[in-house]
Amino acid sequence: MRTRTALLTHVLLVAVAAAFVLPLVWMVCVSLKPPGEVLANPPRFLPRQPEVDAYREVFRSEHFDFLLYARNTLLIAVLSLVGMLLSSAIAAYGFARMNFPGRRLLFGICLATMMIPFPVIMVPTYMIFKELGWIGTFLPLWVPAWFGSAFNIFLLRQFFRGIPIELEEAARIDGCSQWGCFWRIILPLSKPALAVVALFHTLAVWNDLVGPLIYLAHQEQFTLALGLQFLQSKSGDTPWNQLMAAATLIVLPVIVLFLLAQRTFIRGIATTGIKG
Amino acid sequence: MSRTRGSLLTGLLWTAPWWLGFLLWLALPLGLSLYISFCDYPLLRPPVFVGAKNYTDLAADPLFARVIANTFLYALLAIPLGTVVAVLLAILLNQPVRGQSIYRACIFVPTIVPLVAVAVVWMWLLNPEFGLVNSALALVGLPGPLWLESPRWAMLALVFVSLWLVGSPVVIYLAGLQDIPLTLYEAARIDGASPLRQFWHVTLPGLSPVILFNVIIGVIASWQVFALPYVMWRTQRGPGNSVYFYTMYLYDNAFQFLKMGYASAMAWVQFLIILALTGLVFRLSRRHVHYRGS
Repeated sequence: MRTRTALLTHVLLVAVAAAFVLPLVWMVCVSLKPPGEVLANPPRFLPRQPEVDAYREVFRSEHFDFLLYARNTLLIAVLSLVGMLLSSAIAAYGFARMNFPGRRLLFGICLATMMIPFPVIMVPTYMIFKELGWIGTFLPLWVPAWFGSAFNIFLLRQFFRGIPIELEEAARIDGCSQWGCFWRIILPLSKPALAVVALFHTLAVWNDLVGPLIYLAHQEQFTLALGLQFLQSKSGDTPWNQLMAAATLIVLPVIVLFLLAQRTFIRGIATTGIKG
Repeated sequence: MSRTRGSLLTGLLWTAPWWLGFLLWLALPLGLSLYISFCDYPLLRPPVFVGAKNYTDLAADPLFARVIANTFLYALLAIPLGTVVAVLLAILLNQPVRGQSIYRACIFVPTIVPLVAVAVVWMWLLNPEFGLVNSALALVGLPGPLWLESPRWAMLALVFVSLWLVGSPVVIYLAGLQDIPLTLYEAARIDGASPLRQFWHVTLPGLSPVILFNVIIGVIASWQVFALPYVMWRTQRGPGNSVYFYTMYLYDNAFQFLKMGYASAMAWVQFLIILALTGLVFRLSRRHVHYRGS
């Protein structure tokens, strides 16, 4: 009886897992097909004779410059990530350890701002960036990250509060400054939480469509997500195997990142969900 | 006294990144958009105050009514379906069998794929002629719909894709399941409760705070749906505007028609709707959410 239940569970799990992974396998398969085979009815799942021509074409396409877009995306990711980590951690430390009047109120406002969705402030932020002359530059995509994000501040604050305060008290007695405590004790001990923030931030930049769509003006500045959207909008002249090749090129780094940092991913989502 | 003031200063210094950002990138835009929402502002000319005209125009705009209806329909389909699927998947992934970490990874992977790529892949999967979905339906003898080109199926296609992206709630439910004390199940078993009754009286109440969290996130997210339909139905916003959502219309008003005042009014209405809906979810759930220890 028990083995039969276990077997049933296994069969169900395999079926469900396959259903979730198949679309991505299909994406890779289509990218390895010649154009004629892509338009086969009924479709064949696996390519008859896998070939990389679609990738070669995509690299040559005037609508899609993978290396340039990857460079742009990484530049934005790095510039914003440094700021996001530093500013979120500093503010989180303030909320976690400083005892100042109005702290509860400020932190409450900070939490409340998480409820404000981006579309609500999309138009006025655009107007502000336009006033500043930042439209058509990378600035709107990374400068705001240097002011932290409410969500990351909350996440790091929860983590900092879990660190015994005695460590800092001992350091203070030995003449360590508040900044020294933060920099030499709290930050090194918070690597797991910082890793979660870094991972999700990088992913968000890699996947973001709306930001680049609104703020970037020239094709040389495109990020990968915007580049793929542009290529797709030109799909009148882009064959599907090339679109899938471009999609594969964008998805693959994310999958590799996931495989390398699976635990961090799962921990990040689980903690934010439960404690939120 | 002086000690308090000193610590106020240090406190404000440490938290400066947040409150500076709050003032610059949130309070200022919100205030600005409130003002602009009472103006005619075609971006290229300075704003002109027009009173509540944008709001009264919205009330009379049939497309505005349409995108609200579409957004509600999507939320009413995607959130309950997504919740059921995610809870069932979490229970399945919580069974003590070997290889669970691999299965969990498989369910989670789609959620990290860039939405633009998700859109491109599903456009081809749902292609009536060359796509995998309809050929799979044909295998079991079912006629495949036109999906993206059909006014009736376009919305369902989008809900279908949203189920593929259910991985994050699944992980949260999984953690929630593991937080339910095993002693509760043992007690239920001793009292002779069947697995179904255990699910109803132990698992669901135990998960209810997490379900509430996910429903609220889902409500907020449904009002922000943009990237997927924007890519999948590039120009026509779906057959007969059937997948034209609130944020897309806001975006079009702002950046296609350059009606910044009108778009700002839409943003404020959106903000108020989300606040009201979140409040409603909290209210409705008060009776059904069980927090341990209270």
